[in-house]
Amino acid sequence: MDELRTLITPRTKLISVTYVSNVLGVINPVREIIEIGHSKSIPVLIDGAQAVQHMPIDVQSLDCDFFVFSGHKMYAETGIGVLYGKEQWLAEMPPYQAGGGMVASVDMDGTTYADVPFKFEAGTANIAAAISMKEAIDYVDGLGMDAIASHEKDLMDYAVERLGGIKGLTLYAGEAKRCGAISFNLEGVSSYDAGMILDKLGVAVRTGNHCAEPVMKRYGVNGMIRASFAVYNTRQEVERLVEGLQRVRQITT
Amino acid sequence: MTVDEVQEEILKELPASGDWLDIYEYLIALGRDLAPLDEQFKIEENALKGCQARVWIRGELTHDKLRFSADSDSLITKGLVSMLLRILNDRDPCEIAGADLYIIERMGLNSNLSPSRANGLKSIIKHLRDFALGSIHVH
Repeated sequence: MDELRTLITPRTKLISVTYVSNVLGVINPVREIIEIGHSKSIPVLIDGAQAVQHMPIDVQSLDCDFFVFSGHKMYAETGIGVLYGKEQWLAEMPPYQAGGGMVASVDMDGTTYADVPFKFEAGTANIAAAISMKEAIDYVDGLGMDAIASHEKDLMDYAVERLGGIKGLTLYAGEAKRCGAISFNLEGVSSYDAGMILDKLGVAVRTGNHCAEPVMKRYGVNGMIRASFAVYNTRQEVERLVEGLQRVRQITT
Repeated sequence: MTVDEVQEEILKELPASGDWLDIYEYLIALGRDLAPLDEQFKIEENALKGCQARVWIRGELTHDKLRFSADSDSLITKGLVSMLLRILNDRDPCEIAGADLYIIERMGLNSNLSPSRANGLKSIIKHLRDFALGSIHVH
């Protein structure tokens, strides 16, 4: 956080930060970051793609200027997402593309755009995806975000405990408050090998640099094994991961 | 032995179960047979592009025969490279460049590997072929 303060200069237009790290699952102190931004009159955008399916979120209470996430991260189909923005910003922002349904009136002398949100929704909407998005929201709402968060916290605590018991396993950002994802490595085992073996055991993990090479460099590794948990996962599946990792160890040594 | 004879030999050695975990174990064992690549050769120049895992390959031409040495931080990748080198090593560059590596298809490697990993395997094979082609011009 101290470093963040040093990064802000008079040229800073926007602070864009991820709510939950896609690599480490660490929950960033976004409330504090938003306060820092606002104290210097800088708008703050929160990328909630890794947060929105795991915990209740109140954009008004956070007081973020923008909040974005992709639909498929919260069980909707692909190709749709959400951009929330404070009305003041959205009103100021020009449309990013032109098309049908986004104008109020058109003259040879000039064009008046429609109000928010229509001016940002040019052309035919992604109808099927929007329907699936609504279903997905109803689904997680029906389960209750608090219930989801509590189920996933139980899974995460259990995973930290069980993974912690594996000899030669390094958990990254082990102590941090996290949700959704946890990353680790087995000593002397390439994450790629672990991923290929786990795959054959029916355990899907992501391996490699997670599109986050600076994070890999920060920890001095070439890749990590990442397990992620969603609302439908169970403790038995954590056990299968642990058994799978023991098998990885056995095959690679 | 010819390129095809070595391929047939390896196909016979493959675990009878056909289970991929057994095949990975077999490949990892093959990787252990690979002569270690000296640390000084694990440099950018010998590093392969297009592989998710890190792979280094070095070729040396002696008495018109090409010999590769290699290493990877992934044991399975190292095993695959070791298998390829067992087939291709110590041959005339022309023979290496023209070798039909049908073993990849027969093992079902391309359909088993994820697209990015299959692509990595392809780039390893291409590297070996290109190196062999380059060596033809040299001699």
